[in-house]
Amino acid sequence: MNDLWTNRLSEYLDGELDSTERAALEAHLATCGACYATLSELRGVVAYAKTLVDSEPATDLWPDIRARLVQSSEPRRHASGVRSRRFTFTVPQLLAASIALVLLSSGGAYMALRPGTSKVTPQPAAVRQQGIMTVANVDRGTTDAAIADLQATLTQNESRLDTTTVRIVRQNLAIIDRAIVEARIALQKDPGNAYLNLHLADTMRRKVELLRRVNDIAAQS
Amino acid sequence: MPRQVLEDTLTADSIAADAALAGSGDPSAFERLYRTHVARVHTLVRRMLDADEADDVTQDVFIRAWQKLSTFRGESAFGTWLHRLAVNVVLARRKSVGIERGRFIADEEPLKDVSGRPHTPELSMDFEEALASLPEGARQVFVLHDVEGYRHDEIARMLGVVPGTSKSQLHHARMALRRHLER
Repeated sequence: MNDLWTNRLSEYLDGELDSTERAALEAHLATCGACYATLSELRGVVAYAKTLVDSEPATDLWPDIRARLVQSSEPRRHASGVRSRRFTFTVPQLLAASIALVLLSSGGAYMALRPGTSKVTPQPAAVRQQGIMTVANVDRGTTDAAIADLQATLTQNESRLDTTTVRIVRQNLAIIDRAIVEARIALQKDPGNAYLNLHLADTMRRKVELLRRVNDIAAQS
Repeated sequence: MPRQVLEDTLTADSIAADAALAGSGDPSAFERLYRTHVARVHTLVRRMLDADEADDVTQDVFIRAWQKLSTFRGESAFGTWLHRLAVNVVLARRKSVGIERGRFIADEEPLKDVSGRPHTPELSMDFEEALASLPEGARQVFVLHDVEGYRHDEIARMLGVVPGTSKSQLHHARMALRRHLER
């Protein structure tokens, strides 16, 4: 085994040698069984590294993090102290969002309510893996109150927006409201359905987020 | 829409929505983000640093994320943003404990010790344990390159070394680890 070539095996494996070096190393590999065997082992290490799995900490770190969040208060805002507008929406984007929401709502309702699916309820990966994103963790009363406040603010701010934007925002809100109503009706039939619980919580979060974004836009208009 | 695609879409949308809510100060949304991402962050930290530091540094990562959420603009996935932030926190920790550039050269000797061990059943340790036994410089380059998928030029920039050093450390790490793979 030649140390000079052995030390280049990883670069060869990663495709980082130029054509001349690669040809010379391949010629060496043809005659050196030790380097050939080492290359195979290195290839095994690289492949194994890609199979390593993540694991949770032995103890739940959230209580300590939560306590430190309280100390550090809210996420930092920009120096002006005014909440920055992180998203802006064009009319086509808002329309695309509404179409996506319709598809998701109808698809979700179909998946949850179609005959033959009642025995095996489809659960989002996050629900399966973490077991935490269920209705129990969603304070809907708080969300409802937040939505009411935001809608009141939007009513005051609507005059600052152009009519096309107002129309599309109203259409989006109507779609979201319809999705919320459908999810609630479905949940009355199947209250323990984790998929529907997540879907409802997610749709409500969408509404909060949309209202916040539009209010941000209106405040800066 | 296939069920898995729908589930993935809802999960991704839910994370994005939680990132937005957490950015506006909602700790419940941030907890959901924590639950979803803690295993990935903790594992990265544990592999890059010593295991007994992993809990503290993981907490630091999430506190830092909370403080910087207002700078997350949604241009990349939240998980990608958080992962990059975690790497930065780990590297800052590395500097703060005085592990500097010279350590990469000093790492060479203990690295040879690891790779020179005979492959006996007693030393046929778990791959993760073998990884943890590597000198810090070689371990970090291996984790960043072979596990996390960073390029040598990116690693060199992050660690403050030249790309050649990153390549050399990676090769030494692989040479050491090959002896600990169960065959």
